[in-house]
Amino acid sequence: MGIFLFKRFLNYAVLLVVAVNLSWLLAATQLDPRSLYEVANPPIDPVSIENNLRSRNLSDAVPLHQRWLVWSRAIVTEWDWGQSPRGSRVQDEIDRRIWVSVRLITLGSLLGALLGVVIGTWTAARQYQLSDKMLTFAALLGLSVPSFVIASVLQIMATWINESTGTRFFEFVGETGSHGNGFGAEFVDRLQHLMLPTLALTILGAAFFSRIQRSIMLDSLSSDYVRTARAKGLRKSQAIIRHALRMSLIPTSTYFAFSVATLFVGAAFMEILFSFHGMGSYAVSSILGQDVHGVVATAAFGGVCVLLGALLADLMVAWLDPRIRLGSAARVG
Amino acid sequence: MADRTPINEPMNSTVVDERAAPARTSRARLLWRRFLRNKTAVVGFVIIALLIVTAIIGPWLSPWAFDEVDRQSYLKPPSLSHPLGTSQSGRDMWALTLHGLRKSLIIGLVVALLSTSIAAIVGAFAAYYGGWLERFALWIIDLLLVIPAFLLIAMVASNTSADQSSWLLLVFLLTFFGWMLSARVVRSLSISVRQREFVTAARYMGLSGPKIIIRHMLPNIASLLIIDATLNVSGAILAETSLAYFGFGVQPPDTSLGSLLGDGARQISSFPWLFAGPAVVIVLLILSVNAVGDGLRDAFDPRSKASGMA
Repeated sequence: MGIFLFKRFLNYAVLLVVAVNLSWLLAATQLDPRSLYEVANPPIDPVSIENNLRSRNLSDAVPLHQRWLVWSRAIVTEWDWGQSPRGSRVQDEIDRRIWVSVRLITLGSLLGALLGVVIGTWTAARQYQLSDKMLTFAALLGLSVPSFVIASVLQIMATWINESTGTRFFEFVGETGSHGNGFGAEFVDRLQHLMLPTLALTILGAAFFSRIQRSIMLDSLSSDYVRTARAKGLRKSQAIIRHALRMSLIPTSTYFAFSVATLFVGAAFMEILFSFHGMGSYAVSSILGQDVHGVVATAAFGGVCVLLGALLADLMVAWLDPRIRLGSAARVG
Repeated sequence: MADRTPINEPMNSTVVDERAAPARTSRARLLWRRFLRNKTAVVGFVIIALLIVTAIIGPWLSPWAFDEVDRQSYLKPPSLSHPLGTSQSGRDMWALTLHGLRKSLIIGLVVALLSTSIAAIVGAFAAYYGGWLERFALWIIDLLLVIPAFLLIAMVASNTSADQSSWLLLVFLLTFFGWMLSARVVRSLSISVRQREFVTAARYMGLSGPKIIIRHMLPNIASLLIIDATLNVSGAILAETSLAYFGFGVQPPDTSLGSLLGDGARQISSFPWLFAGPAVVIVLLILSVNAVGDGLRDAFDPRSKASGMA
């Protein structure tokens, strides 16, 4: 099992390196930092534009492979992710923003997956009963509404609750606000600000996972091993939890790894809607600002998130699937 | 079906069916009956049909063309001449919504069809042949999944000139980054199907690999493929909507439900009519597509408790 996980980790590291380089290639060929300077009024001297771009390794007059060498060498030797077209360091932006996104994505993905699996399992076991129908419809609705609409509706509802109760229970601008000096006040303040975006992400995740879990669970509920479990005298709840749920979590885990990628985008919406300064809003402003190195850095962050999700999913599968746990089969996952 | 030799006869289902000829119910009819049991799915199906018809006859449903500018009214709330109000640039919201619906439907259907087909083929071939092919396919899948697709689509889409065919690029990009997750699931299901007796039997009868995959393996995971295709329709429309919110979607003067919704969401509190029409249509559309997917799943699942005595 240790060897299995180590191999997966190595594979992921290689994938990440290739993915980041491909992102750089695409960003360097698609984005046009020069255009930022050319629209300036009064016009800037072309020679000084070129000098500026060259000093930041962004000039399209320099051959691609030379730019790549400079870019990758800086990362490998100094962990320097380059500069924006305006000259600010990408590394500074990342340091300031990364934990905002990490908090949002971790909370959102774990809560969403957990809630989704619970709902999915519960509704599958009660197929076609009223509770199943209602929850299935709620999940359908959750998946059918674009994430920014869900967040906007949550904001409107929160404003309404705040106004009608005369409190400021729901906070929806920024990550922190004014708070008292009492013990834990800062922590509570942070939680209040995190609540709405996390809630929106959790709703999305739960809707997604409950559908998948229900569908896989229904398959495994009607399978032979669950019937056998019932036949040997297990109660229905025991058969479901020990056999059906356990097996159905294996394919669901596969989805978890890559739902993190969707969540990265979802988090970007939340960051913009709730004025968080995280990696998602950085990604969008980098694209709009023709910031090659910023885009690559956020792409790398997204890749790392996906891979951590994948590693977590592998751990889950390795723990759940006896064929891997006992190290016999290679063709699983 | 050209190579039907006598040895294939026992595999041929008509032989079995002829014996039960008097009370015979075709598979399609059976599926249809099962599908009709699920009321949500039937309602969804009707709504989709209506929406498709509306999208097709859309240009005749509004006195305004979607790109026509009414210079008398900019950002006006709903009125008799403009049932859903007008946009910032003086375009009729009803005509825009109809046009957006048409574009979103096309994007959703094309992307879903393409990406599910690619997923089915890549996943099933990887599972059937195994070895290097499988490892290579999985590696490409993993690589494409690791790359944050949204960023790259946004980057490419935002830096191409906005002409009439820009939505085709969007379809290509959404497909290119949209098939991998399904391919992984198709593969893991195909692996178990591959070990079933009928696949072994087909192989010993001399059927070629691609034929076994298409005739015997893919039909056995059809329920997954159908759910996947429906989810992909809604997924593609929603992905386009997300891109459009940041301004990376279908570019003006062309429009989609996503672009309309993205523009509307920004001004939701001051000009709600910009948001309401597209929002209702998109939620209705995606809800219906997903409901039909659910209904099909239940109809296809032979062990489904709902199937009863059909």
